[in-house]
Amino acid sequence: MGTELLRMTAAELGAAIRAGEVTSVAATETYLDRIGEVDGDVRAFLHADREAALEQARAVDSRIAAGEELGPLAGVPIAHKDVFTTTDMPTTAGSRILEGWNPPYDATVTSRLREAGLVILGKTNMDEFAMGSSTENSAYGASHNPWDLSRVPGGSSGGSSAAVAAYEAPLATGTDTGGSIRQPAAVCGLVGAKPTYGGSSRYGVIAFASSLDTPGPFARNVLDAALLHEAFSGHDPRDSTSVDAPVPPVVEAARHGDVEGLRVGVVKELDGEGYQPGVLRRFHETVELLEGLGAKVVEVSCPSFDTALAAYYLIAPSECSSNLARFDAMRYGLRVGDDGTRSAEEVMSMTRAEGFGPEVKRRIMLGTYALSSGYYDAYYGSAQQVRTLIKRDFDAAFGHVDVLVSPTTPTTAFSIGERAADPMAMYLADLCTIPTNLAGNSALSVPCGLAPEDGLPVGLQVMAPVLADDRTYRVGAAVEAALASKRGSALLSESAYAV
Amino acid sequence: MAYDDVVRAYEPVLGLETHVELGTASKMFCSCSTVFGGEPNTQVCPVCLALPGALPVVNGTAVESAIRLGLALNCSVASWCRFARKNYFYPDMPKNYQISQYDEPLCTDGHLDVTVESADGPREFRIGIERVHMEEDTGKTAHVGGATGRIHGADYSIVDYNRAGIPLLEIVTKPIEGAGELAPEVARAYVRELRDLARALGISDVRMEEGSLRCDVNVSLMPVGGDEWGTRSETKNVNSLRSVDRAVRHEMERQAGVLEAGQRVVQETRHFQEDSGSTVSGRSKEEAQDYRYFPDPDLVPVAPSAEWVEELRATLPELPAAKRVRIQSEWQLSDEELRDLVNADAIDLVAATVDAGAPPAEARKWWLNELSRRATETEVPLSGLPITSAQVARVVALVEEGTLTNKLARQVVDGVLNGEGEPDDVVEARGLKVLSDDSALGAAVDTAIADNPDAAEKIRGGKVAAAGALVGAVMKATGGQADAGRARELILERLGVS
Repeated sequence: MGTELLRMTAAELGAAIRAGEVTSVAATETYLDRIGEVDGDVRAFLHADREAALEQARAVDSRIAAGEELGPLAGVPIAHKDVFTTTDMPTTAGSRILEGWNPPYDATVTSRLREAGLVILGKTNMDEFAMGSSTENSAYGASHNPWDLSRVPGGSSGGSSAAVAAYEAPLATGTDTGGSIRQPAAVCGLVGAKPTYGGSSRYGVIAFASSLDTPGPFARNVLDAALLHEAFSGHDPRDSTSVDAPVPPVVEAARHGDVEGLRVGVVKELDGEGYQPGVLRRFHETVELLEGLGAKVVEVSCPSFDTALAAYYLIAPSECSSNLARFDAMRYGLRVGDDGTRSAEEVMSMTRAEGFGPEVKRRIMLGTYALSSGYYDAYYGSAQQVRTLIKRDFDAAFGHVDVLVSPTTPTTAFSIGERAADPMAMYLADLCTIPTNLAGNSALSVPCGLAPEDGLPVGLQVMAPVLADDRTYRVGAAVEAALASKRGSALLSESAYAV
Repeated sequence: MAYDDVVRAYEPVLGLETHVELGTASKMFCSCSTVFGGEPNTQVCPVCLALPGALPVVNGTAVESAIRLGLALNCSVASWCRFARKNYFYPDMPKNYQISQYDEPLCTDGHLDVTVESADGPREFRIGIERVHMEEDTGKTAHVGGATGRIHGADYSIVDYNRAGIPLLEIVTKPIEGAGELAPEVARAYVRELRDLARALGISDVRMEEGSLRCDVNVSLMPVGGDEWGTRSETKNVNSLRSVDRAVRHEMERQAGVLEAGQRVVQETRHFQEDSGSTVSGRSKEEAQDYRYFPDPDLVPVAPSAEWVEELRATLPELPAAKRVRIQSEWQLSDEELRDLVNADAIDLVAATVDAGAPPAEARKWWLNELSRRATETEVPLSGLPITSAQVARVVALVEEGTLTNKLARQVVDGVLNGEGEPDDVVEARGLKVLSDDSALGAAVDTAIADNPDAAEKIRGGKVAAAGALVGAVMKATGGQADAGRARELILERLGVS
């Protein structure tokens, strides 16, 4: 029964729970047991609370028993990134400075998960304040890639991707600021989506870069991702940047992966030199696959994408330097050096020196510099201009294609420690995903095979216009189905932690 | 340096930055209450405490108030503007940045006219308004232990975040030149006029003593005939109209002294000392703090439509300047009488009393004499007395209809101020009605005649003027409640001289 439950998709599990074939408690216990079994190796969770999870599951079961109409994911367990506030579990954002903090309020995404009846198993590991591409910047140690424990699971939402890939949860939440959902999804062989900016609420998401942060779903298949996307997205009056528009019909699109006549643009600038050959090979095979399914494929040039990484590393640190100023030891979190003789300023300074890790400090310093008087125009100002140019490239491209595609990441999962001492090498992991964050449109990563040289998953990135998220699911579903029929089995069944 | 010598040698240039706390029900970016005086840290939430993950949402009423003040100040209202973050660390600022506006303020380029008395009669000055922008207030820090209540020497500090996030408007003047010796009065008149404007618009209670109107005064001097401004100081903590005047005067004298001694004025923040009337140095601004302003990415731009702005313009009430002109003409006041009313901050109170039915002269008399004296005695502003214009009007009416004498009316006012209820309740409870009933009065008159045989004899002998002594005795016997005229009539009648 256990293995069977773990193999079910979230949609199947939800249907079985609603039909009374399985209880949420049974499903939750199975996943909690799985966590107990493998998380010592994978280290996906920062916090898992058996009793709290079972209590939620019992509540859902009694709602179902009482005949309440619940959504498609009611009773289904989920792993929740530790960047979302939760009233019943600590929230650290992967940082020492928030160790032991118990938020007095739920993030909007958290509340919506609860309303939809999802059972939160625990909080997943992440790069500190979502700054990184490997989870190695977590103050609590790195998570491991279930495909190869010596490799990173991607980041910053690497605990979430590792949890879902290791069957410790059927679903997980993430946030994507420069690729923090799509890149870990790609290197763990999962589906991960970055909704349109403002399509999902940032209220209760511990901020990294406010103009870029976007909550989104992880799942083992496209339909599950769409169901989760739909469950927590939509307008939130508590987030001024939230879009007051209906959630795009992502579930409908995920059920009908039809690309006949769809115009697909291959981004010239996200191809070629610097990419792992096996990644490119699987990418181009997938493009051919789409062509075979009736899509019209053309090459598209987005020249400003070449400057996206540089612009991102000015805008994101600038915003974070201000967002992270609130961690000052006054109201919550770590407090260092308060021995009754030191001034508030000294305590703030000592706390921040001890509470933040080196990557966070690096970005705070970069951002502080970029916003400084006399440098603002040259750095932050020019970066905003680049952002406008990138938007224009997208607008121009979407004038004659429906979606754009590229590899999600230039390489498959790299080894733990390999890039830890080289920030630039680490930053390059987000080369293909960053333009979408800067422009605010939607994108999704879907597995497209294993790289021949290392046997590790490769992701295809599908990018669509603002509020056309459904197109990314449509293409994702088509690729998923075609790949499954070509391979004869789901990609994830080949992972070391397959069940 | 004596003030007369200062203004002979130097021309002051002023700049005033005024913060008005808006009277909205909720804070600028969250739904917490803004009521003054709550228990510390009871009017807070994740947003105004800057808990991780919390986000601001703009209070639409605050934007509306800002636009209305901007319109009343003859400003242009931007069709699109943004909030910016002003970054600096301070324990009473939860986010360690203040959400404010920087290079894209909501209202710009207006003016406000003020009148001050000069040796040659009233002089009008047009004060240019640089900008009106929206921002949020900080919390309040208190320093415990130590003698001064200041941070130096304190044992520890405590922070109250109830005020954090209260909406503020900052109104910045253009440089004010050419006021010369009248500079202190001009500054004071400007703050007064701005205060009255905000009050007339109903956007703030503008109580300087509670900090809902705060003023920073920038002063610099240039030699008379010069064209290059001197270095300025910025004086904070100027918490009353009188202090505005004193702070400007003090800074002019202090800076002149520095210049005369051949030294240079330091660009710095100074604090006004209420007790001594002087300013003391705060932190130096010589090395300008870098606030790293940038547009707040948590908020969307504010873009008031032209239609909305015009709708708001149509809701502007009669503004104080227009009201003064109307009242002077309606009540036929001399310039001096009007000035007295303005200086006493009584114009709105008197007008409301007149609206409640009192004749203007009576209403003025009560507020400018009796009530002004009570306000001074109890050290509250006139508007802070616990009596309403309607209650004053009722007292006036009771005197007019003969129920009260002026002396009794003062006792009724005492009762109202004392919290004994409405004027009629006080009259009833204290038994303060005038005795004009002949049977009650007759007994007192008889007693007075019997007790004062000499005076009675004089009256009988035709010395009617001696009746005064008997009337006095009647008044004394009745505790002042007798109708003195009727008492006199009865005395003369009984003594056969009427």
